[in-house]
Amino acid sequence: MTTAIRPPIGLDPGLLSRDDLLRAYRTMRVIREFEERVHKEFATGEIPGFVHLYAGEEAVATGVCDVLKPNDYIASTHRGHGHALAKGCDVKGMMAEIYGKATGLCHGKGGSMHIADIDTGMLGANGIVGGGPPLVCGVGLTSKVLKTHQVGISFTGDGGSNQGTFLESLNLASVWDLPVVFIIENNGYAESTSNQFHQKGIDVARRAEAFGMPGMIVNGQDYFEVREAAQVAIDRARSGGGPSLLECKTVRYYGHFEGDQQKYREPGEVERARAERDPLVIFEKRVTSAGILPADQFRMVDAEVLALIEESVIEAKAAPQPTLESLLDDVYVSY
Amino acid sequence: MPRTLTYMKAINEALAQEMARDETVVLFGEDVAGGAGTHEEMDAWGGVFGVTKGLWEQFPDRVIDTPISESAYVGAAAGAAASGLRPVAELMFVDFIGVCLDQIMNQAAKFRYMFGGKAETPMVIRTCFGAGVGAAAQHSQSLYPVLTHIPGLKVVVPSNPYDAKGLLVAAIRDQDPVIFCEHKAMYAMRGEVPEDLYEVPLGQARIVRPGDDVTIVALGRMVQIAEQAAKKLEADGVSAEIIDPRTTSPLDSQAILDSVRKTGHYVVVDESSPRCGMGTDLISLVATSDVALRGIPQLVTPPHTPVPFAKNLEQAYIPNPDKVVAAVRAATREGAFA
Repeated sequence: MTTAIRPPIGLDPGLLSRDDLLRAYRTMRVIREFEERVHKEFATGEIPGFVHLYAGEEAVATGVCDVLKPNDYIASTHRGHGHALAKGCDVKGMMAEIYGKATGLCHGKGGSMHIADIDTGMLGANGIVGGGPPLVCGVGLTSKVLKTHQVGISFTGDGGSNQGTFLESLNLASVWDLPVVFIIENNGYAESTSNQFHQKGIDVARRAEAFGMPGMIVNGQDYFEVREAAQVAIDRARSGGGPSLLECKTVRYYGHFEGDQQKYREPGEVERARAERDPLVIFEKRVTSAGILPADQFRMVDAEVLALIEESVIEAKAAPQPTLESLLDDVYVSY
Repeated sequence: MPRTLTYMKAINEALAQEMARDETVVLFGEDVAGGAGTHEEMDAWGGVFGVTKGLWEQFPDRVIDTPISESAYVGAAAGAAASGLRPVAELMFVDFIGVCLDQIMNQAAKFRYMFGGKAETPMVIRTCFGAGVGAAAQHSQSLYPVLTHIPGLKVVVPSNPYDAKGLLVAAIRDQDPVIFCEHKAMYAMRGEVPEDLYEVPLGQARIVRPGDDVTIVALGRMVQIAEQAAKKLEADGVSAEIIDPRTTSPLDSQAILDSVRKTGHYVVVDESSPRCGMGTDLISLVATSDVALRGIPQLVTPPHTPVPFAKNLEQAYIPNPDKVVAAVRAATREGAFA
């Protein structure tokens, strides 16, 4: 088996249709506005619990999920909103869930850290760091046994890549030859601990070689790079070629959780990233400079998305809380 | 003449028949195929005790060896269950639950509730527990109360071959994660087992023997101990009713309360540790009910210690019929509450 760690050139935007391009941009914009709004609303104290925002990492979830089919599965992280939205979870259902309302995707039983929608192929955000990789091995097994050609994707952060579950899953997927792709979203921090410390700054993708699978590294801020590499890995998985590891170098705009003062980051680090490495700006520039779509098309998407997010917040706030009778719903069903 | 099978063979037959009936049932774990396919000798092991021996030959695509990697493959069971299979994962000894508890406790057990009822996780973890074979502290624990404690899991503790087959079939067909706890010292126990595929429903206790004077609740191998005690008591004119809950979650509280209401005296025999264990839970069930006891309820368990290795110490550790008889005497003492 070969191990390929190569500099990707990125998919030529011209290879995608205008509809595809606008859809991808819209997904990223939905994630961004969703997160910016949750950031703002969380500060008012109305949203219960813990919230971990995905803003800045939009190109990863979108670039990967755009290659997937509706019946493929993803397992996510505690920073799961972006993955859920990219996989097709309902925006309003998600906002309501974050507010803990009865109309939420999980009827207010899950909250931000546990948003899931099995019908959409979203196996759940996960409150346990490193919880997801074993689950997608199971998806891969289902695909293999039932011969469905479904693919399982696990998103894991650089922090999660140090959990035994991640390394065990790489090995199991390799041994069982599973149609699985392990995505590492390396935003440089395991909560507050820099990856210079927690993994000596060594690329996670290099671990792939030890498990006999290809490892790739891409600029996670560039949708086209992510998508191109994801396509390679997902095609390989779907056609029986086995698992791959794809490391996306990305940036987290907000703290580990909402309220995190981020004293561990360099002054100006986030501002620089927002100015120079924003995935939405990079996307738009590549498409407009190639003359494929004019900027005003993007502005129309922006306006439509803003309205949708506004509506989702209004509806979530107005939605009823779960009834107290629902406390015991779904504990066991068959007795 | 009715057919008898060992406890081990009854479990093997349940797996074989369910796998033949339902193509979504897959079996995986360490050595379950015994390294089949890697060397000339096929199907050599069938798991460490040989429970799954012969299954790989019948279902080569669905009996799958795993690396020694419990977190990965128990988690894979949860992911496979959520995406369309009915996995049966073998955890070699329940003592190893520590290395994969997250995938059971925080993943599989939580999906249905946490996802608003939209996820089902039809998986079984088969594992063995219990003292009595000299396996010492890391291979002898009775950890089913730890798992019973966790909402979202069902826990089965079969006490004989008939129940082992029927309960395993029910566990495989169940839509929730089920932990199936086999007592390793019972694998050779023989009993009547029908050839037909049948279910013993989860959450339905069995009256092992009817009696009038005292209720003894016992699980797993402790049912045998209770039966031996009941015979001794019978010789002295004490009629003991033995109830085997069969599953600790769901628990058939009604059967226990009905029996204690009738006898007025209550003894629990349990192999798990005494603190925060199954025994204390079963005592509390009756103590907090409206059933009026006519004596002080008694609990027979091992001492609160790791399981020792030396044979004499291990035998002293395990509850025995004499201790149960003594507990019944204490529970039925006249005027205990006076």
